[in-house]
Amino acid sequence: MFELDNKPGDVNLEDYETDAENHNYAEELSEIEAADAEQFLNVGVDIQEIRRSGTFIQKDSSVVHCKTCQDGIEMMGISQAMEQHGWLENYIWKNVSPDADKFTSRTKEKPHEGYFIRSLPGMKASHPVQSCLYIAKNKFSQHVHNVVIAEEGSELHIITGCATAPHLDSGLHVGVSEFYVKKGAKLMFTMIHDWGENVNVRPRTVTRVEEGGVIVSNYISLRPVGSLQMYPTTYLEGEGAVARFNSVLVAGKGSHLDVGSKIVLGAPGTRAEIISRGITSGGTIIARGNLIGKVAGIKAHLECKGLILNDGLMRAIPELSGYVPGVEMSHEAAVGKIDQREIEYLMARGLDEDEAVSTIVRGFLNVDIEGLPANLKEKLDKAISESQKDMM
Amino acid sequence: MLQIEELKVEIGGKEILQNVNMEIPKGETHILFGPNGSGKTSLMMTIMGFSGYNVTHGKITFKGEDITYMPIHERAQLGIGVSFQRPPTINGLKTKNIVEICGMNRSVDVNELAKQLDFSDFLDRDVNHNFSGGEIKRSELLQLMAQEPDLLLLDEPESGVDLESIVLIGDTINSLLHKGIKFPRRGLSHIAARTKSALVITHTGHILDYITADKGQVLYEGIVRCSRNAREILKWIREYGYEECVLCSN
Repeated sequence: MFELDNKPGDVNLEDYETDAENHNYAEELSEIEAADAEQFLNVGVDIQEIRRSGTFIQKDSSVVHCKTCQDGIEMMGISQAMEQHGWLENYIWKNVSPDADKFTSRTKEKPHEGYFIRSLPGMKASHPVQSCLYIAKNKFSQHVHNVVIAEEGSELHIITGCATAPHLDSGLHVGVSEFYVKKGAKLMFTMIHDWGENVNVRPRTVTRVEEGGVIVSNYISLRPVGSLQMYPTTYLEGEGAVARFNSVLVAGKGSHLDVGSKIVLGAPGTRAEIISRGITSGGTIIARGNLIGKVAGIKAHLECKGLILNDGLMRAIPELSGYVPGVEMSHEAAVGKIDQREIEYLMARGLDEDEAVSTIVRGFLNVDIEGLPANLKEKLDKAISESQKDMM
Repeated sequence: MLQIEELKVEIGGKEILQNVNMEIPKGETHILFGPNGSGKTSLMMTIMGFSGYNVTHGKITFKGEDITYMPIHERAQLGIGVSFQRPPTINGLKTKNIVEICGMNRSVDVNELAKQLDFSDFLDRDVNHNFSGGEIKRSELLQLMAQEPDLLLLDEPESGVDLESIVLIGDTINSLLHKGIKFPRRGLSHIAARTKSALVITHTGHILDYITADKGQVLYEGIVRCSRNAREILKWIREYGYEECVLCSN
């Protein structure tokens, strides 16, 4: 059951509106408004839908586009999925309790769709599916409920981007996500956020992984955001299950990122790794990592590195809890500024000081993200370069 | 090529180099001997302009230009290249990318250069991350091959290197130093004068078995005490030790 270890912050739900007008459904992504489409692109959505197995786009509370291009992959709005699959009641609100905090309660009371993505048993999707949750209405509080099921022996990669319309004054996004990785399945989940400066974001995610299952989660937030607080929790319940969590965070002035991952290793032979890279330049990053070893024969590692450019707060909170002998758990955390030796080393190769710092920052954020499509990797490299302009 | 006059250098208020005078003419390779802590690496870092090495007196001239207070990257662009003994790891920056950087906007065939140094398997690894002593040397030389500097500053190029690799390292240094002197299309009769220079730091002298030196100098307690044939100096140091060796120069 979802446990909230952190105070949810001072977001007042009453400051936001919970109703939004319906937006028209677009049969083709090319019919989406140009200004919106540009925002989608920034968070990894391929408008041409090339090398994508499916697409789900939600604007405010409306599903505006949903299409699957591969048999064996189901992708639809959560309300449609509940109508279609009676058994879904065994999955909804089973990982996350509606009473966990006020954000989950609000999502239960006032749901605004969300996606249902399922890969059927043995199905290995040739390309990622993509989704985008988008806020266009000012002061809107978007509460989505997502369910992902990777059935036995299947492989699924989801690229999900979250963004807001340009010049949005304020907004709140709450995403309750319940992921199920069945026996021998593999779920790769890459989430890219590009929220506005005054948008508060509260994802609430819990994943269960069965025997031999693998979850790889990549989280990237390079652009300004008001406040973000998330603490996805993963339960490795089956023997040999694996979880790998990577996050790349940049906090400029005014951004408050409280981002962590908790992984409970509850079966023999389970393995977990959390890698976090954060750069603050006037903002706040609290990077949490919590590994809990419940049985012997598990292996887990946590790596949290933070750089402070200019001002800002970078707080790394690594936690390891071993409950029995025979657990193998380690962590490595470092917070500081760029090592002058590295800057001068690159200067000795002909770069000026600014170029040397940029090169080091790019490298620092360059966590090798497994399975990322080449075009998205290029976009991310570009976004990292652009984010430096805000940092310097 | 490089001229150092009456150089005094402090680190954290402590004088490390007391009065260094040195000249490395174009095309010459000089060996700098000295025991641990004698100031050899400090001299190299000062020539390159690293922070923390405060020049309190004297002047460094390179290619006729006063570089005493020039930023590091301008010295590199002017043609000084360094092989460090303990370079830092740069996480996330791939070795092939730093080799490209060293090319300074010239087109560099990184793969071909890496092949020559038997270093192809390391191009996709982060710079210096978990490299062994020998791998660090090869990485440093690979970067210098891309940079093609006119003056090489090599800090203990043989330390931590196994016997097999030291031959490769010696060959690479020779190739770096002789580059540009041969014009095969015109035949051997048109061999040009050597144009590349080097200052090679060593305290064991093993590297002398693999490269040809024009001169040796001994740095002892922050002062250059001796300047003569490198092999002669090495022989004396081996026979009498540094303390006796420098007495001869007094």
